[in-house]
Amino acid sequence: MNIKKLSAPLTDDTILSLRTGDEVSISGTIYTARDQAHFRLVKLIEENKPLPFDIQGQIIYYVGPTPEKPGEVIGSAGPTTSYRMDAYTPTLIKLGLKGMIGKGKRSIEVREAMQKYKAVYFGAIGGAGALISKTIKDAKVIAYEDLLSEAVRKLLVEDFRVVVINDAYGGDLYEDGKKQYENKYINR
Amino acid sequence: MRFITSELISNAVKNLIISSSINLPEDTRKSLKLALEKEISESGKTVLSQILLNADIAELENKPLCQDTGLAVFFVEIGADVTVKGKNLTDAINEGTRAGYSEGFLRKSTCDPFTRKNIGDNTPAIIHYDVTDGDKLKIMYSAKGGGSENMSKIKMLRPSDGKDGIINFVVETMREAGPNPCPPNIVGIGIGGNFERSAILAKKSLFRELGSRNDDDELNEMERIIFEKVNNIGTGPMGFGGIYTAIGVHIIKEPCHIASLPVAVNLGCHSYKHGEAVI
Repeated sequence: MNIKKLSAPLTDDTILSLRTGDEVSISGTIYTARDQAHFRLVKLIEENKPLPFDIQGQIIYYVGPTPEKPGEVIGSAGPTTSYRMDAYTPTLIKLGLKGMIGKGKRSIEVREAMQKYKAVYFGAIGGAGALISKTIKDAKVIAYEDLLSEAVRKLLVEDFRVVVINDAYGGDLYEDGKKQYENKYINR
Repeated sequence: MRFITSELISNAVKNLIISSSINLPEDTRKSLKLALEKEISESGKTVLSQILLNADIAELENKPLCQDTGLAVFFVEIGADVTVKGKNLTDAINEGTRAGYSEGFLRKSTCDPFTRKNIGDNTPAIIHYDVTDGDKLKIMYSAKGGGSENMSKIKMLRPSDGKDGIINFVVETMREAGPNPCPPNIVGIGIGGNFERSAILAKKSLFRELGSRNDDDELNEMERIIFEKVNNIGTGPMGFGGIYTAIGVHIIKEPCHIASLPVAVNLGCHSYKHGEAVI
């Protein structure tokens, strides 16, 4: 299969060129945030305060890495389950967030926001933390250091392999995949 | 009577935690390879080979398999002839947990349920005790991740629901879980006991060797049926579609109340991190 190469942050043109099921290689700058960081980001938005980074066109990777050993850029860094961020995500998409990397299903609200404001949800391989860490070339905590593993990090990634789960057209790889392989196990 | 020092126990726990977070058990590797051979979905195959590659890299680079190094869960069997000297057994295990997660550069994931503030050292460990004959201390450890734990379920069925009711509940739990618990999963099932006992049995069943037969023929057949039904859902590796949504189904059954039929489903992810030590 053809692998589409993307550079982060993303533009609307790039978003619109992606379709559910596409295999993608991401290089560039992305940010990490998970549960508590999302809670704090959305609180800042509600209070009309500036965010710790410009969210326009950005990709957020849902990850809480293991502590890095001396000499390492980052510890193991695979995706966490995305639905826990669903309550906060539409607010961030409305502000210009263009991509998310995680694993697992998203809510209807998130998928509608992705269509309306043009954003994409990528799936990385859960549990492949050691493998994915090799694509991360630089990592720096830029906010919420007190959250330890959950702090917001700015990452420089190179050839981070992901798959488009939800595109900006309402596609859903989880639904498509399930339909295609339903009742196919028998007699094997 | 045999005396075991708490230092010896803490040290064994520390080593067990560090090695289990890095090294994928051989039975898991074998089951994943078998799934890779038989999987018919291309994206499913890609995922399975990446999972196996991840295990190779983790071992080679001494790096945790997954960033979620779990809550520390222990099943401990203490021989009646064993006496622990120094600290008590629970404190010794917690001390080993603290040391393992710190010295192994593992993620600390315990937090306060309301403030969500991280406790900072991954304690308290969750420990289940059994007393056995003899003078040995057996410690089974699992680095239980949150993703698969969150998709686990428990239900108090009616006795009239029977075996079919149990099978349906398990399959529906897996259907609803979809891609979230990092499939292909180990599906741990506890049947009987009471509310909390069924959950403990489900968790304990995850330790059984993958690919092994259930000693009970009836349960073995039930595992086979569930395996087939779950893999017919279509979720596949990481939910990208495929015929391997489970790599194993393990059942433990115990007597229950005449009014009840408790069933618990506890899921293990594809790279279920666990190990054991006998002192």
